[in-house]
Amino acid sequence: MTQSPIVDELRGRFGQDAFSVQPTRDGMPTVWTSKDQVGEMLRYLKNETTRPYKMLYDLTAIDERVRQVRQDQPSSEFTVVYHLLSFERNEDIRLKVPLEGTTPSLQTITEIWPAADWYEREAWDLFGISFDGHPHLRRILMPTTWQGHPLRKDHPARATEMGRFYLPEDKQEAEEAALKFHPEEWGMKRSRETSDFMFLNLGPAHTGTHGILRLILQLDDEEIVDVVPDIGYHHRGAEKMGERQTWHTFIPYTDRIDYLGGVMNELPYVLAVEKLADIRVSDRAQTIRIMMAEFFRLASHLVWYGTFAQDVGQLSPVFYMFTDRERIFHIVEAICGGRMHPEWFRIGGVAQDLPEGWDKLVRQFLDYLPSRLAEYDDMVMRNAIFKARTQGVGRYSTEEAIEWGVTGPGLRATGFEWDFRKQRPYSGYDQFEFDIPIAQHGDCYDRAVVRVEEMRQSLRIIEQCLNHMPDGPYKADHPLTTPPIKERTMHDIETLITHFLSVSWGPVIPAGEAFVGIEATKGNNGYYLVSDGTPWPYRVRIRTPSFPHMQMVPLISRGLLLADLLAILGSVDFVLADVDR
Amino acid sequence: MNEVASRLPIIAGVLTMVVTLSALLIWLERRLLGFWQERYGPNRVGPFGLLQVVADMIKIFMKEDWVPPFADKAVFVIAPAVIIVTVLMSFAVVPFTPSIVVADLNVGLLFFLAMSSLSAYSVVLAGWASNNKYSLLGGLRASAQMLSYEVFMGLSLMGVVMLTGSFNLGDIVEAQRDLWFCIPQILGFIIFLIAGLAETKRIPFDIPEAEAELVAGFHTEYSGMKFGMFFVGEYLGIILISAMITVLFFGGWQGPWLPPAVWFWIKTFLFICLFILLRAALPRLRFDQLMTFGWKVMLPLALVNLAVTGALVLIGHPPK
Repeated sequence: MTQSPIVDELRGRFGQDAFSVQPTRDGMPTVWTSKDQVGEMLRYLKNETTRPYKMLYDLTAIDERVRQVRQDQPSSEFTVVYHLLSFERNEDIRLKVPLEGTTPSLQTITEIWPAADWYEREAWDLFGISFDGHPHLRRILMPTTWQGHPLRKDHPARATEMGRFYLPEDKQEAEEAALKFHPEEWGMKRSRETSDFMFLNLGPAHTGTHGILRLILQLDDEEIVDVVPDIGYHHRGAEKMGERQTWHTFIPYTDRIDYLGGVMNELPYVLAVEKLADIRVSDRAQTIRIMMAEFFRLASHLVWYGTFAQDVGQLSPVFYMFTDRERIFHIVEAICGGRMHPEWFRIGGVAQDLPEGWDKLVRQFLDYLPSRLAEYDDMVMRNAIFKARTQGVGRYSTEEAIEWGVTGPGLRATGFEWDFRKQRPYSGYDQFEFDIPIAQHGDCYDRAVVRVEEMRQSLRIIEQCLNHMPDGPYKADHPLTTPPIKERTMHDIETLITHFLSVSWGPVIPAGEAFVGIEATKGNNGYYLVSDGTPWPYRVRIRTPSFPHMQMVPLISRGLLLADLLAILGSVDFVLADVDR
Repeated sequence: MNEVASRLPIIAGVLTMVVTLSALLIWLERRLLGFWQERYGPNRVGPFGLLQVVADMIKIFMKEDWVPPFADKAVFVIAPAVIIVTVLMSFAVVPFTPSIVVADLNVGLLFFLAMSSLSAYSVVLAGWASNNKYSLLGGLRASAQMLSYEVFMGLSLMGVVMLTGSFNLGDIVEAQRDLWFCIPQILGFIIFLIAGLAETKRIPFDIPEAEAELVAGFHTEYSGMKFGMFFVGEYLGIILISAMITVLFFGGWQGPWLPPAVWFWIKTFLFICLFILLRAALPRLRFDQLMTFGWKVMLPLALVNLAVTGALVLIGHPPK
C-alpha cells in the first residue's frame, strides 16, 4: 500500500511521533491521534492544508472493549472516528481518537463543523461519549428517558435480554412529561417585541412529513422563525442488529434503510464486505447489479417526483408515477422475486442469473418511460404555479452544502458536478456512458431539475446494460461468497463440511476495516464495516445521506412560510428510515 | 300568503334538486378524478358505484357527533350550518328557467354577492372555534383569501350589470338573447371564474385546508355530519358558482331545440367538470401569492374591464 501524501504532510506539521497510522482494507489513510490534538488536526485539514478536506462526511464511534484483533492500533476502550472528504483531492481521511473510561469525553468540534452537531449527539446517545462544549448534547435517536447507550457492547440487543417491562402510572406520566416541548431548552424565546410566537407541533404523524418525523415550529404568523426536527421515531437499531447477524443475513436489513432504494442499499454493504474478503466480482454480476440499482434509482425518484408535486398541492402526478413505478416493480419481480425489498445481492455476486426473457421486459420499459417523462415535464416542471412555489425557495450554496455534508442531487443542484459514480467509479460504472446533470441555484426547483434529468441518465445506463450484458458467472468463484456455490460441494467430506458451515454459520470474513460509499438514490450512502475475524460484523456503521440533509432543513427554512417548509421537505427527498436507521 | 304557498313546490323542488346533485357530485368528482388519474374511483357499490354516495351518507350520519372539549361549543356548531344556509339561500335567486326561480329579486346579483361574503364567515369561525392551531391557521388563511378575492369578484360582475342595466338575474339572462356576455365580457368572465375558484376553496386556491401543510385546515376537528356539512357545502358552492357563470355569461337557460332547464343544466354541468378538471391538473398557490395575485393583477384588471365597459356603454347609449 502506498502512503498517502496527506500522512507525510501531517507528519511534517505535527511531528513524526504525533500519531500512528493504521493500515485498513480500503486503503483510506487512517490516523490515530489523541483527544488533545484532534481538534487542531481537524482544523488544519479543513482550513489550512492546500486542497482541504472541507466535508465532515461522517462522525461515529466504536466500542473496542471486546475486540480481539487490533494489530497496529493503540489501546482504546472507545474510539471516535472522524471521516473527512476532500473534493479537490478526491480523497478521504479517517481520524481516530482513543478514549478510556466508562464515561469517556472529548472536546466538541461543532465550532469547526456545525454539521457535527447531530453526529456528536448520536455518538453520545448510542455510545455515551460526552462532547464537552456541545450546545445541545441530548439524545437524538433514542427516547430521552432511555437507560444506557445501545451501541455499547454490554447493552442488550433484544427486549428479552432486558428483563420484564413494567409501565406503572408514575412512569407513564414521566414518559409523557418527557415528550413535552420546552422552547427554552433549545435557546428559543417565547415572544419578541410585539408578538408571541406560536409553537406548532408538526408530526410525528402528519400528512406532509413523508413518514414519522416530528418538526417543532416556532412561528410568527405563518413565518418560520425556527424549526427543530425531532427524529428517532423510525430508529430500529439497524447498526446494533448488524452486530448480531451473520455477514450474509444482514443483507435484508440493508434494503430497509432507505426503503425506497431497494437493492441500492445492498450495494455499498456487499461491496464493503467484498473489500474485506478480497472478492473480485464477475463482470456479469457487476452489470446486473448496476442495472438493478439504476432501476431502483428510477423507482425512488418517481416516488419523490409524485410526492413532491403533491406537497405543493398537485394531486394527479403521484398516481401516474406510481403506475410507472409499478412497471419497474414488475421487472424487479420477474428478475428478483421480490418487489420493494428484493434482498437480491449476495456477497460475491447476485442471488441468481437473469431469467429468460428479461431483456424483453427491460426493452419494453425503456420504450415506455421517456414519453411519460416528457409528459411530466409539461405537467409539473413547466407548470407556472409549481415554479412559483419552488423557485427561490430553500436555497443554499455549494459552500453551505459541503459544510453541512450534503451529497447527491442536493449538492449537484448548487452547480457542483460531483457524482461518486464518475469520481470514484465502483462496480464498473467507469464502463458506462452517462452525464451528470447539474443545476445552478440550489433551490427546490433546481433539486427537482437534477433528479428529473437523472432519471433520463438512469435509462441510458439501463439501456447500455441491456445491450452489452456480459456473459459469465453471476457469482464469484470464491470460498467466502454466500450462499456457497453448490457445485463445489458433494466431492468429499471436507467440501461438504465447509459448505455446511458456510451455510449455517455464514462465511468468516477476515479481520479488518473497510468503508465503501456509493451514489445512492438520495446522496452518498456508505457502510463502514469492522470485522473481528468472526462470522458476524464487529461494528456496522451506516452513513446515510438523509441524516445530514435533515439536519440542514432548519437552516434553509428560517424566514420562510409554513407552506414553503413542506416544499423544502419534499425537495430534500429524505426517507425517515434512512435518517434514523 | 297565497303567493308563498304557490312558491312552496318550487322551493322544495330546488332544495331537493341541488342537495341531491351535490351528493351526486361527490360521486362524479371521484369518478372523474379516477378517470384522469389512471385509476377507477368508486365502482363497487351499485351500478358504476353510484350507491357509494348512499353508503357514504349512511356512514356519515351514523358517526358520533363529537365536539372537542376544548372547542368554543356554540360557534363550533353554528359554523358548518352557516355555509350550508348561505349557499342554499343563494340558490333562491338563480333563474333555472324563465318560470323556475324561487325569489325573483331585483337585487338578485347583490344578494348572491352578500351571501357569498357571509359564507366565508363559516370557515373563519370554524377555524377559530376549533381551538386548534392548524384550524386557526386555516381560518386565518381563509380570511386573508376572502379579503383578496371578494373585491375583484364583485367588480368583475359590474360589467354585466352595466350591459343589462339591472341586478335582476332573470333580466340578465334575457339580455343575452342575441349575444352571450362571455363575448363582450370575456375579461369579466375569466376574473369571475378565478374568483369563483377562490370562493369555493378549490385547487389552486384550497389554501385554508391545504392538506399537505394544515392536515385539513379549518375543519381538522370536525367529524360526522358537521364535517359532512362542510363537504356538501363545498359541492353546493361548486354548483352555485357554475350556475352563476351560466346565468351571467353563458345565456342561462337559452338555447335552441331543447327545453330551457336542460340547457341550463348542460351548461352548468360543463363548468362543474371544469372545476374538477382543474383540481386534477393544478398545484396550490401560497396564500401570500394569492393575495399578491388578487390585489396586483386581478383587481386592476377588473377595474380596467369596468372602465372600458362603462366607456363603451356611454358611447353606445349616451345619457339623455
